[in-house]
Amino acid sequence: MANNSVADLFAETQDTSLATPGMNRATIFFLITIVVGLSCGVAAFIFGHHNIYNNTREVPWGLLISTYAFWAITSTGLCIYAAISHLFGGTRMAIVSNRMVWMSIVCILGAFATIGVEIASPHRMLIYNIISPNPTSNIWWMGTLYGLAVGCMIVEFFGIVTGLARIAVILGTAGAVAEILANSCLGGVFATLPARPYWYGGQLPIYFLTSAFLSGAAAAVLFNFLAYKIRGAEMSEAVKNGVKSAGKAMILVLVLYTVATFWRLIMYYVGGSELGRIAAGALINGPLSINFWVFEVCVGIILPLLLIILSRLQNLGMMASAGLLILIGQFIARYDLVAGGLLVPEFIGWDNAPTYLGYVPSIFEIAVVIGSLSVVCFGFLIGERVFGKVFTQSEHH
Amino acid sequence: MNIEELEKEKNEGIETMPIEERRNFLKMGLMVTGVFLGGTVLSLTSVDTAKGTSNAVVPPDGKYPYTKHYGMVMRQNNCIDCEKCMDACRETNHVPEGHGAWRTMIQERITTVEGVEKQEFRPILCNHCNRPPCVRVCPTKATVKDPETGIVVMNYSKCIGCKTCMAACPYNARYFNHEKYAIDKCNFCLDTRLSKGEKETACAAACPADVRVFGDIKDKSTEIYQLLHEPDNKIWVLRPECGALPNVFYMNA
Repeated sequence: MANNSVADLFAETQDTSLATPGMNRATIFFLITIVVGLSCGVAAFIFGHHNIYNNTREVPWGLLISTYAFWAITSTGLCIYAAISHLFGGTRMAIVSNRMVWMSIVCILGAFATIGVEIASPHRMLIYNIISPNPTSNIWWMGTLYGLAVGCMIVEFFGIVTGLARIAVILGTAGAVAEILANSCLGGVFATLPARPYWYGGQLPIYFLTSAFLSGAAAAVLFNFLAYKIRGAEMSEAVKNGVKSAGKAMILVLVLYTVATFWRLIMYYVGGSELGRIAAGALINGPLSINFWVFEVCVGIILPLLLIILSRLQNLGMMASAGLLILIGQFIARYDLVAGGLLVPEFIGWDNAPTYLGYVPSIFEIAVVIGSLSVVCFGFLIGERVFGKVFTQSEHH
Repeated sequence: MNIEELEKEKNEGIETMPIEERRNFLKMGLMVTGVFLGGTVLSLTSVDTAKGTSNAVVPPDGKYPYTKHYGMVMRQNNCIDCEKCMDACRETNHVPEGHGAWRTMIQERITTVEGVEKQEFRPILCNHCNRPPCVRVCPTKATVKDPETGIVVMNYSKCIGCKTCMAACPYNARYFNHEKYAIDKCNFCLDTRLSKGEKETACAAACPADVRVFGDIKDKSTEIYQLLHEPDNKIWVLRPECGALPNVFYMNA
């Protein structure tokens, strides 16, 4: 009976139009890249994290932490927009909010997959995070709140699928609050370290939240566009309006994010800590300058702005391209933030320390990133296939 | 009443001032200087500065929450970079080779004093801070201040290997111990020497140049106490701007 009811449920939610060989091939492709990519991470437990990742004593964090932050921040953004739509209704984005909830869950799973193989002993985390919590630790709060958020969102999504609107709204709101707090604690992990002047300061958690609103809007536009693209279907006017609303949010927050980035960097050149200024120099004219000027500024800010202006918020293809470019820029921005804080030697001036320490991600680290990207792509396709009708149904809240 | 008129007035002196007025005047002064508030909230000049102790990075007497309060003084200009301290530490504490594993290190730089190049050595190790950033950030309390000694210690079985403590440490004092598969650090030889009745750390005992003076900075009879409280000694700490309140102090002999 139970099997029947589950089968009945999926029969109502699945989108059989996507049961095509092409979709199956794509889904299997991403499944394989998940296995291959994350296997490279799991290999760390066999061969030693210190042997296959290029992190060092001086640069203990790198590409994997920044990738984790990228997915976690994107998840927060998607969750917030979905919650606003569900909670207040009436917003044009409401019609695409179910897809945003699903993708928020998928993105946080991508984040967990990355951090799971980055941490040296995650099994100890499962035990001692519970029996030996440290309430002054930002990373404890961050992990706990993201865990809580994903729990809330899974129940929320269950509520959406089964039509339990009240559960969906309550858990969706709780999930969004947990995500915002978790995002804030993620910013706090970096912002509360006086040892790293490039990170230290009250602006960073706000910068993280701004990044969440930006990445979330960009992901909302991109994934909704792709959802119709893979079906070869035309969006209804209501869905188009929803995506356009996400596009408006995207351009608004892009401006705010640009302002935050500009002032954040200027601050290092008007006084303050020498180590902070040297770190900022890594982005302006140092080892991260190509990342910064080409990917963060040109790809992540200027091109998307031009595309959105040229699209006049009407051409969804151009807006989706802008969304993709913003996400690429955000991914690189997370890397530059993490690396920038650590590339400056703490005892500069001693031991012939170079101005910037060397860190280049290993092939294993890159493989894990590809694995996490595949988690998100796989999750997107599975979501469209299994819950497609839930995503396209009219909004009732 | 303007200033010119006031100047013409005869000075009455303070003898005629009512006692009530004097009290009010003094009270106002005390409030402004923040004495009522412990000298730190309103005061432009803190009580510590007034006492002449704030420049000192040494904690004042009576401010030690631990039974013992271990620290180390480095008589930096005595160091000759013989690295005996590093060898003794590695051997005593079984610090593995490679992958950036070390508990103490000697830094080196060339400075120019009055046109003459001079080699300078500086030993470093965990500063066992009073406000340790590593302890605050650890999600599982795998690293804590030992309440008996004030030493920052590791509980390896609780360490998840998130490396936040490594990012948080202002002194590059932490490393990933690939044998224990946990973060590791100097613990002033608490388990390998102090708990066995030794009075010194391995590095301090091995130093032929008498650079490292280890001891209980709370105990007035110790050499370290006397060095830290000798008014003529110029004492400094590393990266004071981080606010970690380190317990490793530097001076020139």
